[in-house]
Amino acid sequence: MTTQVPEDQAARPGGGGEVLRVEHVAKRFGPVTALVDLNLRLACGEVLGLIGDNGAGKSTLLKILCGFQPPDSGRILLDGQEVKLRSVDHARSLGIDVVYQDLALIDQLSVYHNMFLNREQLRGGLLSNRAMRRVARQRLDDLGIGLKSVDAPVARLSGGQRQAIAVARAVYSEAKILLLDEPLAAMGAKEAALILELVRDLKRKGDVSMIIIAHNYGQVLEICDRVNLLQHGQITLDKPASQTSVQELNDIVVAEYRRALEERQRSA
Amino acid sequence: MSETVKRAEEVGFGAPPGQVQEKGLWAGLLRLGRAFAQQREATVFVVALLLLIYFGFISSASSNFFTRSDFVNITQIMAQIAIIACGEVLLLICGEIDLSPGFVFLFAPYLMHYLIDFYGVPAIPAILICLLMGLVVGMINGFFTVTVGVPSFITTFATAFILSGLTLYTSHAQPSVPSASVQGWIQHWFGELAWSELIMAVVIVAIFHVVLTRTRWGLHTIATGGNQLGASEAGVNVARIKYGNFMITSLLGAITGLMVAFQLNTIDPSAGGFQAMFYAVTAAVIGGTAMLGGSGTILGAFLGSIVLALLLDGFNLIGISANIILFIFGAAVLLAMVVNVQLARVRAAGRA
Repeated sequence: MTTQVPEDQAARPGGGGEVLRVEHVAKRFGPVTALVDLNLRLACGEVLGLIGDNGAGKSTLLKILCGFQPPDSGRILLDGQEVKLRSVDHARSLGIDVVYQDLALIDQLSVYHNMFLNREQLRGGLLSNRAMRRVARQRLDDLGIGLKSVDAPVARLSGGQRQAIAVARAVYSEAKILLLDEPLAAMGAKEAALILELVRDLKRKGDVSMIIIAHNYGQVLEICDRVNLLQHGQITLDKPASQTSVQELNDIVVAEYRRALEERQRSA
Repeated sequence: MSETVKRAEEVGFGAPPGQVQEKGLWAGLLRLGRAFAQQREATVFVVALLLLIYFGFISSASSNFFTRSDFVNITQIMAQIAIIACGEVLLLICGEIDLSPGFVFLFAPYLMHYLIDFYGVPAIPAILICLLMGLVVGMINGFFTVTVGVPSFITTFATAFILSGLTLYTSHAQPSVPSASVQGWIQHWFGELAWSELIMAVVIVAIFHVVLTRTRWGLHTIATGGNQLGASEAGVNVARIKYGNFMITSLLGAITGLMVAFQLNTIDPSAGGFQAMFYAVTAAVIGGTAMLGGSGTILGAFLGSIVLALLLDGFNLIGISANIILFIFGAAVLLAMVVNVQLARVRAAGRA
């Protein structure tokens, strides 16, 4: 399997240059190889869809890019500069923020405390709850997320509301690279529409580049500029969204299922 | 509420439906009562009040209850429990427990005695070294729990025995007295003076109430206990929070140990121990701190320690054997947990 990154697509939609480049990144967890020689590019203002089967390494890649875990080898370049991401805080300070699949929300804390978790506003060393409450309210209103109260603990919110809060938290971190891990999983049509609209809004503003992991190819093609397919820890397909189709992506993955099935039958 | 409105609200679209407002005095009282019941500290506050009424007006001890010396006695018992309880609340919130502060309590005054009388260390540096010892014990608890991965129940159980053995071995289980150099203003202001325990407890409780409710440290402690993975993904340094709370708890154990030694003017090999820890955890639990992590209150633990002090003091006044008190406390912990679980349901229903 070879990795192709067509040169002419490196600096497409946003018009700007390349904001993120991943070179030869590998990661193992004991006997399990999650990523092998992974290469990836993200242009400025671009929305990149990352698809692939469960266990292909999508979440591992995201966790490396957001500083949660280091790669075993390989390089990460931000704006052409090589960086070693030491921690989530460090990655965030460099402008990379993430919305995890599990959302990383704290059930017991209020909406506004969750939105400001680990970037709290302080006054004289103490939490400035009033300021955080006001700003949280305003941001949610701006994004069109109608919540009755920002004081309610997030445990009491619906799946879509929780997702929206996690996205809102990342969006307002002044990130230039936003990583979204299955932002549309387990969402109803209305809720998904809210998140898709949010992503489109951000794209229109154009100052943030995004990598979105998703399973629903239709949604991916609708909002992404480019699609990368991750298989067995490598990028095996890299195409502009306009040059591929749900049919093509489905065919590739179905072919993969067939191969896996045949292999199992052969070895049985 | 119609089905469509409910759905719209869940999804988060559209204006929130206006709630029907109740009117009149009765409704107002009801709302007030409901708002009160929403507070986690409500139950324990009511219990403290009932005990105060019982021992003050109803029981056979009522003639001795509202006296200065009895009140001082109550505050002294309460302070020992409340100060350690502050640390236990923080640890219980972040999903851990410390069984050892009662043995830091035991060892600290002995260490002060050794330093001053055997090594000629001046009073204030000796006291500071005792407090430092508390921090080191907390760090050791943190190291084995967080870094090595031994459950805190086991880690702190072990350090409790180690400290106990260390104290009994070095002191030959003999009592002692605070050294001459700490007698005077130090002993006076930090334990001997009638209300000094109350003042120390109130100051420490106030500090940790603010720490828990108004600082990043408190917020991150709740986040750590509520969703450890989520908190670390959000960039919270979970290990640092746990280390810190272990160190706070042991430090408070050391402070309490010195305070009690000053108060009684004796260094006792049977002081502190598991009982001091048990009382503190009991106060935290009946004050509304769940053992599951993610929630708890310092004020509740403070009220809980008042309840325990009233019971200990009141039973003593009435002349009921101190032996039965553990029975009562055990039952109180069970009851408190049941009430808290039930109240949490009521609260959740009340908010919905």
